[in-house]
Amino acid sequence: MTSERFLSTPAQSTSDRAADIAAADNFLVVDHLSVRFPTHDGLVQAVTDLSFSVKRGETLGIVGESGSGKSVSSMAVLGLHDAKSTRLEGSIRVGGQEVVGADESTLRKLRGKEVAMIFQDPLTALHPFYSVGRQIAEAYRIHHKVSKGEARKRAIEMLDRVGIPQAKNRVDDFPHQFSGGMRQRAMIAMSLVNDPKLLIADEPTTALDVTVQAQILDLLQDLQREFNSAIIMITHDLGVIAELADEVLVMYGGRAVETGATKQILTHPEMPYTWGLLSSVPEVSADEDARLIPIPGNPPSLLNPPSGCPFNPRCTHKDKVPGDLCVTTLPELLPARVGPSHRRRCHLPDPEVIYLTEVLPEIAPDLIDPTTGEPIAALQEIAAASEAEANADSRGDQR
Amino acid sequence: MTETQPHAASRIDWATAESILEVVNLKKYFPVKSSGVLRRTIAQVQAVDGVSFSVPRGGSLGLVGESGCGKSTTGRLITRLYEPTAGEIRFEGKDIAALSRKEMLPLRSEIQMIFQDPYSSLNPRHTVGTIVGTPLQVHKMVPEKKVLDRVRELLEVVGLNPEHYNRYPNEFSGGQRQRIGIARALALQPKLLVADEPVSALDVSIQAQVVNLLQDVQREFNIAFLFIAHDLAVVRHFCPEVAVMYLGKIVEVADRETLYSQPHHPYTQALLSAVPDVKQAAVGGRRDRIRLEGDVPSPVNPPSGCRFRTRCWKAQDICAKQEPPLLQIGPRHKVACHFAGQRGSTGNVPITLDVLGVNSHGDPVPGATRASNLEDPGYSPAFSDLETHKRRSEKLADR
Ligand SMILES: Nc1ncnc2c1ncn2[C@@H]1O[C@H](COP(=O)(O)OP(=O)(O)O)[C@@H](O)[C@H]1O
Ligand SMILES: Nc1ncnc2c1ncn2[C@@H]1O[C@H](COP(=O)(O)OP(=O)(O)O)[C@@H](O)[C@H]1O
Ligand code: SF4
Ligand code: SF4
Ligand SMILES: [Mg+2]
Ligand SMILES: [Mg+2]
Repeated sequence: MTSERFLSTPAQSTSDRAADIAAADNFLVVDHLSVRFPTHDGLVQAVTDLSFSVKRGETLGIVGESGSGKSVSSMAVLGLHDAKSTRLEGSIRVGGQEVVGADESTLRKLRGKEVAMIFQDPLTALHPFYSVGRQIAEAYRIHHKVSKGEARKRAIEMLDRVGIPQAKNRVDDFPHQFSGGMRQRAMIAMSLVNDPKLLIADEPTTALDVTVQAQILDLLQDLQREFNSAIIMITHDLGVIAELADEVLVMYGGRAVETGATKQILTHPEMPYTWGLLSSVPEVSADEDARLIPIPGNPPSLLNPPSGCPFNPRCTHKDKVPGDLCVTTLPELLPARVGPSHRRRCHLPDPEVIYLTEVLPEIAPDLIDPTTGEPIAALQEIAAASEAEANADSRGDQR
Repeated sequence: MTETQPHAASRIDWATAESILEVVNLKKYFPVKSSGVLRRTIAQVQAVDGVSFSVPRGGSLGLVGESGCGKSTTGRLITRLYEPTAGEIRFEGKDIAALSRKEMLPLRSEIQMIFQDPYSSLNPRHTVGTIVGTPLQVHKMVPEKKVLDRVRELLEVVGLNPEHYNRYPNEFSGGQRQRIGIARALALQPKLLVADEPVSALDVSIQAQVVNLLQDVQREFNIAFLFIAHDLAVVRHFCPEVAVMYLGKIVEVADRETLYSQPHHPYTQALLSAVPDVKQAAVGGRRDRIRLEGDVPSPVNPPSGCRFRTRCWKAQDICAKQEPPLLQIGPRHKVACHFAGQRGSTGNVPITLDVLGVNSHGDPVPGATRASNLEDPGYSPAFSDLETHKRRSEKLADR
């Protein structure tokens, strides 16, 4: 992974040669994407100046609270926004093919075959009146000229692969005859029937119980290993990100606010909103008497976004920034202090110090060595390792 | 069998604390009707099938388990929104399970409920003032002239602007609506609050605000909580004592230190191992997850003996023949498993033979009798020792 992964400032745009080289093995490249919806109340700025990329075989986690633009940006990748009521800017390239402005027939070839999506609610993807098997078979026939019998065989094979017991006997069942976890599997089978190279999973386990969630996440990882597909995992659950994602993109108010390798972001976050996410969620392994530290206030309006940093109305650290920069000037997504691939959008001059001395002791006192006041060795080792790993990566990219 | 670790000392002494609520062998069966004109009852959904537990005055007991295991039904039985099929609900020592509506009326104010959905649980046509003020009027909590003052006070307690009493629910965000629901519940100064998934519908950054508010009101007004949730981390954070349900039964209950660090029931172990954990993933990579196969069986026709046996890797003959009782195995630890033990232990002699009066195949031993106290709620000073399989008594002072 290279620092060109999450570009934001025009000075480092893709016209840059180094970036072009890095982009070559990225299957998906989203570049300065903005998605806006004109409405009666005004212009909803759902996604603003968003750039990221994903390689095959790699998982990108997108995290952020509801309304932060996660679904809107992933729908843009599939060209699902209605051209008439949406203002799209920037570029989205899937396997080199531009999606923004592409015609419907180009998009149809892309959907299912190159990129597939799974949703939180499988009933949005599965029609109640057709059998599960028939729907999977039809999805296969869109991209393959095969007989109905062969498509049915393929549907059974897919149901079997996603772990539906006795797939042969269940293929003619209707969606309502499946349990919640089985429906989710059936939808995954349908999404994967054409071996897509990129799978976008939009909160695929949010409605599921933890043991079923664990089954589905295992399944996605197995399938990724088998097909070397790229995965975008959208979730508000940092635990899911921690287990699954190689890279993380934290979104707030339609913008990327922090990006980098997962371990880096989880152990050395440098953006107050990411700190807020980490400190407001209880963990099964946390100190049980630690008080949760909520993020004050509510998510920002996308009709009238705050001036300056989008997080400033809720940020408890803005007094550490000189002057009134936080309220007047939008911080750029710049390389972080720690970690080579790590970027964050914040004016704080020394976020890594504030995190280790103020934030970490509050949210995870057990990760601080009581005698030295330093973070425990394990954390430092990880930082060093992820740094070394990232250095090796960027050397590899230069070849 | 591995050695049992000493159980962590507790702050409130749950063994001697006076209980405000004792539930004994509580059952709720829902009839399944035929679809014809006659609508005969053709089966029973055994939603809650013999649960016993106790909640001390001012304490909180967490009830966790996956969807459909009977948590909400238990909560609704205690608030008498549902009629119990069998069992006792002793509130302040008095059995309220069979009370008529009229007899319940004076108790209504003492047991209140908070619901999951902050959208459907508030009447959209009533102002906040009416929603919070009506219970005050109905139960004549304050003189008519003072109702508005009290409403303002309550809004202030839950962190809302007291001058917003004239607004309608739709003018508030999800987190704020949940605060309104809490204000309504507090209006009657209840002694027991049944909170059914009170933060599950809220965005992560808002959940912490509401959890902290509930903790504050609990401490300030000394309210006992039955805290129902499927999120194991939130329950651990809120409740010093936690009960795990599976398919209508409590399978394990213990102080949280014991339950989360030394679960002795295979289902609890599987459930906990499935929870993604940020900190663990950040410092130590993936956990050793127990992969549960298949789905939860139907509560209409649950498995004989132990209800978890169809998915349990430790199951033996006796598990199909004898239902394991919820046996006390530590000062504050009960578990319903013939082969209860820490993860990785492979018990081969059932720990339940003495109390059930059966042999290791699960067949009755002539002349032996079943212990009479197996449905008692709460803890007793005497409990079964996992090493000797004999009753052991521990002086409370020794702990
Ligand atoms: N078609 C639309 N018209 C107007 N606003 C929209 C439309 N689709 C989404 N939005 C708004 O865009 C914002 C981002 O939404 P979304 O991407 O769905 O958030 P999330 O991060 O929860 O997935 C939200 O405020 C949402 O209300
Ligand atoms: N009113 C009802 N009529 C029939 N069955 C019900 C009713 N309420 C709940 N059930 C069934 O009882 C079982 C337990 O449900 P519930 O208590 O809601 O579980 P939980 O809250 O743990 O998800 C489920 O199988 C559910 O379908
Ligand atoms: S730029 Fe300022 S307001 Fe924004 S996150 Fe950083 S410190 Fe907070
Ligand atoms: S009683 Fe038997 S089947 Fe049930 S949890 Fe214990 S070992 Fe498993
Ligand atoms: Mg979404
Ligand atoms: Mg429920």
